[in-house]
Amino acid sequence: MEVILIFISAAIINNFVLSYFLGICPFIGVSNKISSAFSMGIATTFVLTVTAIVSWLIYFMILLPFKLEFLQYVAFILVIASLVQLVEMVIKKVSQPLYRALGIFLPLITTNCAILGLALFIVLRNYSFIESIFFGLGAGTGFTMAITIMAGIREELELANVPDAFKGAPITLIVAGILALAFMGFSGLL
Amino acid sequence: MIRISYWREFVKGILDQNPTFRQLLGTCPTLAVTVSAVNGIAMALATSFVLVFSSVIISMIRKLIPSQVRIASYIVIIASFVTIVDLVMKARFPELSKELGPYIPLIVVNCIILGRAEAFSSKNTIFRSFLDALGNGTGFLLALTLIGSIRELIGSGKIFNFGILPAEFNPWLVMILPAGAFITYGLLLASINQISIRKKRIKKEKMIEEIIGKKKESVLLSEVAS
Repeated sequence: MEVILIFISAAIINNFVLSYFLGICPFIGVSNKISSAFSMGIATTFVLTVTAIVSWLIYFMILLPFKLEFLQYVAFILVIASLVQLVEMVIKKVSQPLYRALGIFLPLITTNCAILGLALFIVLRNYSFIESIFFGLGAGTGFTMAITIMAGIREELELANVPDAFKGAPITLIVAGILALAFMGFSGLL
Repeated sequence: MIRISYWREFVKGILDQNPTFRQLLGTCPTLAVTVSAVNGIAMALATSFVLVFSSVIISMIRKLIPSQVRIASYIVIIASFVTIVDLVMKARFPELSKELGPYIPLIVVNCIILGRAEAFSSKNTIFRSFLDALGNGTGFLLALTLIGSIRELIGSGKIFNFGILPAEFNPWLVMILPAGAFITYGLLLASINQISIRKKRIKKEKMIEEIIGKKKESVLLSEVAS
């Protein structure tokens, strides 16, 4: 039960993009089309879940027993960078179509602050192994949901008559603000 | 001549290429910590510290790093400085550190720092990189202070914890919530766009006037000649 609560909380109530502001760069950069936004969301969810597993193992199995907590940032970022590289290679070997669909977005994920943020939250909140996996999955689901909704709105927005000064990033940010307001409606859920 | 170009290196990060308003870099901390002006300043100072020191170090060893592994080396250098900032803040300002939470360690993935490392300090001398980093840091500081002040003023009627608005003012809670951050940032960006659009239009009108003036002159000249 606890695990499901963590999943829902990470996905909807404390959405990574709309309430922690993690992963804003891809949220604004790759939300032009629904299809590419969805692929980006799926790729990010995958990396988030794997990162949750690996960073939990590294922190609680290696860094903590050897009293090396001060190395956590360096360790996490290196692990994430190599993990993204590894995921890219594995996908390339296993499934060419998937690789072609995600290809461009995969390297971008390294600089997504949601990934490092997830690792930091796991340490900060002292999650257990299983909890971490569900936290990663939930965060990924939330990210996919937010970026896909955003892409849907932006596709409609292209037909609207937006004032010159608001074109591009400003109107996207304001739409994101309204979306964040809408997601606040979920805050009484738990 | 050299002095002027050094000055330009510093100033361009504040105005023309302001990381927040012009390049849209480092948006995560910009939105997340600007609940109050003080938080914004603390965040920007921490980021600037990391930016300046990592730029100088990267510029120092730019000829030693093989280009295949440069990004990884930059990240390790940046992460080391972030660790220093984090530990110092935890020891000296425990309350502020708690309030900023995971956003201090998240400086590691702040695109401003990696962006300056890749675009500038990996190609320029130490002093130039230092000035560039300082300029960008100052630009970031000004932007975060501005956003923080606006949100604090409307969200709680205060700036730097001094009451500014009268007590009858009913604070807009939404400005302190995440939605307020997005909307404030979007409106600020739009107003800056508006200013630059107007500037461009005035420039264009001036140019057209000049061309018309020249034409009139040449017409007059040709009339006189004939």
